[in-house]
Amino acid sequence: MTKPLSAPLDVGFDYTRSTGPTLGRFLSDLRRRKVTGIRGSDGRVHVPPLEYDPVTAERLTEFVDVASTGVVRGWSWIPEPLEAQPLDRPFAWALIQLDGADTSLLHAVDAGSPDRMSTGARVRVRWRADRVGAITDIECFELSDEPSDEPVEADDVTMVTTPVHLHYTHSASPTEDPFLRGLMDGRLIAQRCPACEKVYFPPRPACPTDGVPTTDQIELSDRGTITTFCVVNVPFLGQRIPPPYVSAYVLLDGADIPFLHLLLGVAPEDVRMGMRVEAVWKPREEWGPTMQNIDHFRPSGEPDAPFDSYSQHL
Amino acid sequence: MRDVAVVGFAQTPCVRETDGTTNGVEMLVPIFHEVLGSLGLTKSDIGFWCSGSSDYLAGRAFSFVSAVDAIGAFPPIMESHVEMDAAWALYEAWVKLLCGEVDTALVYGFGKSSAGQLRRVMAMQLDPYVVTPLWPDSLGLAGIQARMGIEAGLWDERAMASVAAQSRAAALSNPLAQLSGSFEVDDLLAAEYVVDPLRRHDCAPITDGAATIVLAAGDRARELCERPAWITGFEHRVDSPSFGTRDLTTSPSAVAAGKAAGADGIEVAELHAPFTHQEILLRQALGLGDDVVVNPSGGVLAGNPMFAAGLARIGEAARRVHDGTASKVLGHATSGPLLQQNLVCVMEGRA
Repeated sequence: MTKPLSAPLDVGFDYTRSTGPTLGRFLSDLRRRKVTGIRGSDGRVHVPPLEYDPVTAERLTEFVDVASTGVVRGWSWIPEPLEAQPLDRPFAWALIQLDGADTSLLHAVDAGSPDRMSTGARVRVRWRADRVGAITDIECFELSDEPSDEPVEADDVTMVTTPVHLHYTHSASPTEDPFLRGLMDGRLIAQRCPACEKVYFPPRPACPTDGVPTTDQIELSDRGTITTFCVVNVPFLGQRIPPPYVSAYVLLDGADIPFLHLLLGVAPEDVRMGMRVEAVWKPREEWGPTMQNIDHFRPSGEPDAPFDSYSQHL
Repeated sequence: MRDVAVVGFAQTPCVRETDGTTNGVEMLVPIFHEVLGSLGLTKSDIGFWCSGSSDYLAGRAFSFVSAVDAIGAFPPIMESHVEMDAAWALYEAWVKLLCGEVDTALVYGFGKSSAGQLRRVMAMQLDPYVVTPLWPDSLGLAGIQARMGIEAGLWDERAMASVAAQSRAAALSNPLAQLSGSFEVDDLLAAEYVVDPLRRHDCAPITDGAATIVLAAGDRARELCERPAWITGFEHRVDSPSFGTRDLTTSPSAVAAGKAAGADGIEVAELHAPFTHQEILLRQALGLGDDVVVNPSGGVLAGNPMFAAGLARIGEAARRVHDGTASKVLGHATSGPLLQQNLVCVMEGRA
C-alpha cells in the first residue's frame, strides 16, 4: 500500500490571559526594568512571584524588590536553538537566583560558548528595548557582575499575550486516503463496514459502531437528499458568501451518514428536508484532494424523497 | 473495599514514525482486539473505558473523541478521558471499580509524537505566564536537572550512560522496543552532547505508540486471569509547577507516592524515566535497592510513546506477576516537567 497522503499543518493562536494582581505586578515591573519577587510563608523570596505558597497554600501578598543581577544555579547548553526561543544563536538555559531572591528564575544566558558557562557564574538582565509587560521583556541574561540599566516609568499591564505556533505533519488515515485521491479525479469514494454494512462518506478509520476498520470501498454518485439544514443569517470572520445562505446535511444516495455542505440555487425559504440535490463541481483544473472540489449542491428537480428514506440518517 | 487487579495488557510496537492519524485509531484497533481476545472478552463486557492523550501532541482538537471510533461505541458506552499519561486514566478507572460501579474497565493511551516537534510541544505544559513564552524545550530543562545532580555528586555522566546501556541490553528481549542492543559505556560517552550535559543516549527516543490495560474486580478478575496482578497500593502526588522553587535533584512527590503506595519488598520495578539521570533519581526516591530488577522491558529509554508510556510501565510490571516471575512489582508514571507529578502502582500476585 502506498503511504497515505499527508500535509503540513501549522497551528497558531495568540493566547491572551489576564494577569491578576501578583503576576500583573511582576510583569508591569519588568516593563519598568525592575524585578519583583514575593515573600513566602517561610520567609523565602520567590522570583517569579507565586500567588500562593507552594507549601502552606497561603495567599502571598508581600512584594519584595530584587536585583537584576544574580547567580547561575544550574544550566544546560542549546547548540541549535528552536523556533521562538529567546536567542537564535547557541545559548544556555539557566536557573538564575537573583540577588535578594531565594528561588530561581528560568531564562536564557547569552554566553557565546559552553566553556564560558558555569554554575555560580554571575549574570545580569539584558532588558529588551520595546517592553510590553511579559517575561520576554528580559531579552536574556548576560555574563556580567555589573548592574543592569536603571528602572524607568511605565504603565501597569493587566493582560499578557502569548503567541503559540506549532507545526505538524497531518496524515490521512488509510481509509481517508482513497477518498481524498478519488476527489482529485472527481470521484466520491465511500467505505463500507464489513460488520454492519453501513456506508461512510467521508470514510472513518474504523466503524464507530463496530470498532473494525472499514475495508470495502464503494463509489457513490454525486446526488443525494437533504436530511436537515439551517439558514445562516449571522456574518462571521472568513465567511465566503454573504448571508443569508443555507448549510445543509446531504445524504448521498447509497450512503448512511450525511455530511455538511453548501446549498445554493434555491431561496432559503424554499429549502426543505427531503429535497433532492446534485453536486455542482468546480472547474476540473481547480480540483485537489478536497471536498471543496464540489463548489456547492443545488436542487436536482427530482420529487422530494419520502421521509422514511432518510429518517434513520438524521 | 473490593480488590482490583490488572488482568490484561497489550501495546503496539514502539516506532519512530507511523503512517497513521494522530487520533490513534489505527494503533488502538489491533491492541483492543489483542487484549480483549486474550481474555475471551468483547467490548460489551467492558463496564468503563478511560483514556489518556493530548491534543497538543496530536495538533487537533478532540483527538480523543475521534479515538473512540476504535472502540465501536454503540450502543453507548461509559467513557472518560484525561489529558495526561493514561496511567492517570488507570487511576480513574481503579476508583470506579473500587466504588463498585462496574466490574471491568479498559484503559488506553496513545500518542503520535512524530507528527509534531516534541521538544516544542512539551513547552505547552509549563507555566503559561512566565515560562512557556520562552519556549524552553524538554531536553534543555532535563539538562539543567542532570547537571544539578552531577554537580551535587548524585550521579555522573558515566552512571547515566550505564543506565542507557542497561536499558538497551534489557530491550533485546523486548520485541516491541524501538532501541535495543549491546553498547559499551565508553562508546556511548564518546558521542557529542545533544544538549550539554545530555547525549543522545540520555534522552528517550521520539516514539509513536499506544498501550492498553484491562482491570477487573474480585471474582471477575479471578475468572479472567490465572494470576491477576492485584493492586495493593496506588497513589499519585504532585510538586509545585514552579520548578525554580524546588530541589530538582530529588522528587518529593515521587518519595511521597512511593511511601504511600508501599514500595517495600518490590522485586521488579518499571520506572517512567525519560532521561537516564531520572532513572537514578527515581531509584533513590522510591528506595529501590540493588536487588530490585529495574526496567526489564528497557523502560522508556527503549521506546517512549507519549501518554501511553506510563500506562505501559504498569502493564509491563503486571506482566511479571501474570507470568509468575515476580510476586510484588511496581509500575511508575510521571507527568509534568522534571518529574513534577508521580504515580506509583504496587501490584501483587497471590498463591
